[in-house]
Amino acid sequence: MSRYFTEEHEWIDVEGEIATVGITDYAQEQLGDIVFVELPAEGTTFDKGDDAAVVESVKAASDVYAPISGEVVESNGALEDEPALVNSDAEEDGWFFKLRIADTSELEGLMNEAAYKKFVAAL
Amino acid sequence: MSGTQDATHFEDLPLDALPLDAWHRARGARMVGFAGYHMPIQYDGIMAEHSWTREHAGLFDVSHMGQLTFSGEGVDEALEHILPSDIKGLKPFRQRYSMLLDAEGGILDDLMVSRLGNEAFDGADIYMVVNGATKYDDIGWIIEHLPDAVVMNHMADQALLALQGPEAGDALAALIPETADLLFMQSGLFTWRGVQLWISRSGYTGEDGFEISIPADDVTLLADALCELPQVKPIGLGARDSLRLEAGLPLYGHDLSPAVSTIGADLGFAIQKRRREEGGFIGHARVMKELADGPGARRVGLKIEGRLPAREGATIHIGATQVGEVTSGGFAPSVGAPIAMGWVSLPHSAQGTALEIEVRGKRIAAVVAPMPFVPHRYRRKA
Repeated sequence: MSRYFTEEHEWIDVEGEIATVGITDYAQEQLGDIVFVELPAEGTTFDKGDDAAVVESVKAASDVYAPISGEVVESNGALEDEPALVNSDAEEDGWFFKLRIADTSELEGLMNEAAYKKFVAAL
Repeated sequence: MSGTQDATHFEDLPLDALPLDAWHRARGARMVGFAGYHMPIQYDGIMAEHSWTREHAGLFDVSHMGQLTFSGEGVDEALEHILPSDIKGLKPFRQRYSMLLDAEGGILDDLMVSRLGNEAFDGADIYMVVNGATKYDDIGWIIEHLPDAVVMNHMADQALLALQGPEAGDALAALIPETADLLFMQSGLFTWRGVQLWISRSGYTGEDGFEISIPADDVTLLADALCELPQVKPIGLGARDSLRLEAGLPLYGHDLSPAVSTIGADLGFAIQKRRREEGGFIGHARVMKELADGPGARRVGLKIEGRLPAREGATIHIGATQVGEVTSGGFAPSVGAPIAMGWVSLPHSAQGTALEIEVRGKRIAAVVAPMPFVPHRYRRKA
């Protein structure tokens, strides 16, 4: 399994043709207390860069973009009952949705963990 | 990710530093631009700070607000021209909520006004605290409408702290025992370590608490002394907003603006009977008309079904008809659910009216609810 990162502070785990997407620990830290996550329905298809989810903190609503193109095969139902899971475990149990990858070549421009750490350090 | 809605920003203007700027940063505050200043939005997190204030005592730096004094021959008459509230009947060391109205009765700002008793601030008669984001406009408006004999002074060298929460009384009494006698909306001059403090028992959270005016040079010492007490933690603007929303208190520039009126805003309590009858203040005609005919729309509280917050700008509907707009909204930590404040046309503004709010193309159910959402706990007469 490989993990990729975007400049929009999303992480993507790729296993075969399925990509699991979430926001990074840095992102949840910036957002603060998360009170609601609006997730896409199964079967929704996204082009890379489409609005895919909305994360609501106490203070503000923020869009989460589809980091790559694909079809939603599952959303994390646990976030409906416990949106704060994104704060406590952003990069594992706080995942947002799984996509069936439409075009694996879109992964090529993304960062690996070391590159993302460097990117965040420079912010 | 991108923020689609955010705290109020004064874009393109250089931000100024408040007297406690370094103090906030040293305590790990995340700073944002607000009302033209760098201000702390949060320290530990909005939810934790909100709960701390409801259970203990929170210290808020509100030094961005405008602190004004008035003195001179005819000061009461002059202020009764620009304020709709009873100033002549305002006793020494008493504070009152009021507002500036324009000629059409639209709200230019809301404010606190108190009579100093000629002890503080070089013997001035009246002390006023106005919103930070509007203070320079307010000053311009006031000067334009003030006779020459009345002198207004903007005390740019005064800082302002708010200490709020059920343990605020004990905390402040630990430093200044005499403050224990103050009741809600009373104020007085106190001395702490040789520094004169003008303190009122009031605030913007719905909790018991104080607002403390202190020279900017001394504010760091006081902020340190307060935060050394076990009851007190510094609280940012984020929790200030969620606390005041739960308390049903309007925020100028959001829930109040020149487009809306006092009566519609449910702030008629600020205009005492004599002022309504006698008039003689800017905006009086609108007040009287709306008292007689009712306002076109009212500021109401909204309880929201489910967990999705409805925020400022979301439209309010009944079926196909838009009947209003959300002016403040978010998750309410002490309620455990989203709440909102909004303006709804009069026929649909009664408590219990079922409404729908549109959030990102979806309709969520809401009902007009009484405010405050969390009961006020002011310290009134025993």
